[in-house]
Amino acid sequence: MWLFLGSECLLFGGLISTYMLYRGRVQNGPHPSQIYDIPFTSVSSFVLLMSSLTMVLAVSSAQRKDDTRTNLWLLITGLLGASFVGGQVYEFTTFYREGLGFTTSLFSSSFYSLTGFHGVHVSIGVIMLMSLRAIIKKNKITGDKSEVVELIGLYWHFVDIVWIIIFTLVYLIPS
Amino acid sequence: MSTNELTLTPSQSPSLAKGKLVVSPSQSLGAVRRPVNTTGWREWLFTVDHKKLGIMYGTVAFVFFIVGGVEALLIRLQLALPDGRILSADKYNQMFTMHATTMIFLFAMPMAAAFANYFLPLQIGARDVAFPRLNALSFWLFLTGGLILNASWFLGGAADGGWFMYAPNSGPVFSPSNGVDFWILGLQIAGIASLIGSINLIVTVLNMRAPGMTLMKMPVFTWMILVVQFLLVFSLPVITVALVLLMFQRSYGATFFDVSQGADPLLWQHLFWIFGHPEVYVLILPGFGIISEVLPTFSRKPLFGYPFVVFSGASIGLVGFGVWAHHMFASGLGPVSVAVFSMATMAIAIPTGVKIFNWILTMWGGKIWYSAAMKFAIGLVILFTIGGLSGVTHAVAPSDTQQTDTYYIVAHFHYVLFGGMVFGLFSGFYYWWPKVFGKMLNEKLGSWNFWFMVIGMNMAFGPMHILGLQGQPRRMYVWTEARAGEGLFNFGFWNMVSSIGSFILAVGVLFFIINVIKTTRNPERAPLDPWDARTLEWLTTSPPKVHNFDRIPVVHHLDEFFHRKYEEDETTHTMKQVATGADLVRAEVAAADVDIHMPGASYWPLLLSVGMGVLGMGVIYGTPIMVVGALLVLFSAYGWVLEPSVPEAIDFDTPSTDGPTKEIAPVG
Repeated sequence: MWLFLGSECLLFGGLISTYMLYRGRVQNGPHPSQIYDIPFTSVSSFVLLMSSLTMVLAVSSAQRKDDTRTNLWLLITGLLGASFVGGQVYEFTTFYREGLGFTTSLFSSSFYSLTGFHGVHVSIGVIMLMSLRAIIKKNKITGDKSEVVELIGLYWHFVDIVWIIIFTLVYLIPS
Repeated sequence: MSTNELTLTPSQSPSLAKGKLVVSPSQSLGAVRRPVNTTGWREWLFTVDHKKLGIMYGTVAFVFFIVGGVEALLIRLQLALPDGRILSADKYNQMFTMHATTMIFLFAMPMAAAFANYFLPLQIGARDVAFPRLNALSFWLFLTGGLILNASWFLGGAADGGWFMYAPNSGPVFSPSNGVDFWILGLQIAGIASLIGSINLIVTVLNMRAPGMTLMKMPVFTWMILVVQFLLVFSLPVITVALVLLMFQRSYGATFFDVSQGADPLLWQHLFWIFGHPEVYVLILPGFGIISEVLPTFSRKPLFGYPFVVFSGASIGLVGFGVWAHHMFASGLGPVSVAVFSMATMAIAIPTGVKIFNWILTMWGGKIWYSAAMKFAIGLVILFTIGGLSGVTHAVAPSDTQQTDTYYIVAHFHYVLFGGMVFGLFSGFYYWWPKVFGKMLNEKLGSWNFWFMVIGMNMAFGPMHILGLQGQPRRMYVWTEARAGEGLFNFGFWNMVSSIGSFILAVGVLFFIINVIKTTRNPERAPLDPWDARTLEWLTTSPPKVHNFDRIPVVHHLDEFFHRKYEEDETTHTMKQVATGADLVRAEVAAADVDIHMPGASYWPLLLSVGMGVLGMGVIYGTPIMVVGALLVLFSAYGWVLEPSVPEAIDFDTPSTDGPTKEIAPVG
């Protein structure tokens, strides 16, 4: 898992570099500073960060072999993640209405690719969390349950950390 | 599977096992029952055995080697005479693009993966890789990727942008056919395959070495493969980003490489070469690893300076990440970048030189046995050195700007890749054939094979140095008599020599194929230890059993197998033989563990790969196909997760006595 995440770092590294190269290059359509809604994105970022906390709680309950709590915290983590993705969908639709399509400019292509890739990672994370709940309930895990929870937790934290970097670089630093 | 179920195996309690039948099928997601005790083609299709997968990798890679070779011969036919008419300009572009792509991604990498898959677990004394099903997935994904790449020949023309596919040149404007789309998708899928494979092998090396085998007691081949896997893990995601950006551009109208929007044409070059340069070492290091096994064995001496060979291999890998821009000296990077990358590139010659001297000193004073494997290994040392030296001339930026995009570059990388990589692989074929198939390849035909290949390769690629310095650009589909130059440097003469050489080379490969066919027909079994070898893979039968080792070996030395055969004489300080390899293997067989438990076969890796293939086709042929592919992938992923990694009682038709009975496998 660590190796996979190391590899993922370079995946996002590539996408972030592309974005950093192109963020100021707008020939058509809105400029980044015109469309970002920082308060809204801050809230959704906060939601995602909280999900890391609940993930930690899930892992620690799993280590105490407390299946009910594990399931509960996994559910909450998943819901928080899902609401983040929901926020992103809302954000994308708003941007689109304001005239920022995927093909509008270099900025828009790289923005949607970067955040979209991240959104897909979060969604896959949510699917994994929900599947994990299902298989814990059905008792289908061979071996150490907490290890499985921890592995998915690792992935989840990674996705969160990447978002902190993206949020800072994309939204907070003015181009 | 709970611990409770683990004991309910058919051999112990048939009636209970039958009772289980009621619940289990629904648990392991539906109708697809696990394929166990299969025979014939099914045995291969659903296998998770690293040895079978290794052989499959090797076979498929060799087929692609022939495909790529035929493409190369067509290119040489076209260039043999001025104004060649064999290929049109367009077909020629496709030919050199697919020749390079096939040879690199579909032959060299998977052939190295074949050796890695087969021998890495054997060399570290493990029973299989860490994740056997992921291993099968890697293979099937690689095959899917390779088929997609080559399907483009029949579906509107292959990719035509050169193997590094510079954008915006590869955008929809300049490459209107679907070829580049097939190329992008094929490589993405093959890339996932390599990524999964590399993670798998790293985990295997780090966690599953036999007791006593520290990292510094590991065979050099395993070490080099480990370095290669790290290179892959950290370079593949970068090419994936580049491919995804290009895919979005071509299929969904994104603007990444649209210069009219202000895009930077260097973006692709940087992303590509950050991957592309480590990739070069991904190709060559397995060859280095193989001959680091072959040279000591056939010189009857230990490898000279083992730690130096290992660490110079690792440092080649590390520095390999810092030299990518030397492929871009001609693109106007600015003097500082050029100077830095030029220095870094020259620095890489140092660890490579260290290795070459180590190999020479390994042979120095040894009792050299000129078998076919040894000949190829020596061939590698010499030819790679030639290629390495012309490589240093590229590191010097001013001379590189003169050589860029000429045949001089083509000469250089064919010396390092063909003279280096391919000779290493052929050395490996001759060295390990008796291990894998239990039959010896014919040495006489091997000799013919070697000499034809050496002469052919020097005739084919040597003149390219001259052609390149004379100014013949690579990737031009014709050259004209009017500009061919005169006397010794006439294009016509050297192009003809090169084309003849390429056919001699092809005859050399033909000798290998004849050799394989003859050997397969020959009923005679190979001895258990034909080369008096040094490493653990020889401490088992040939071919090895499914579980590799009858007993997991306990390791005390580097070159453990050698030290079990020879002991040092206290008085004379010479090595004295105390046992033969065959004795040792027989002793292992006699003391075999019972009830060895191995992972069971599975449908899911194959199914998931098919799903990925359909998903990829959907990018080209429309979203509905994509949805079908995605559903198939999702379905197989769940099937996979819910399938226990070891077969359960219910998976067997009738209670069988040779089923797995208890968990032992003390691997790790």
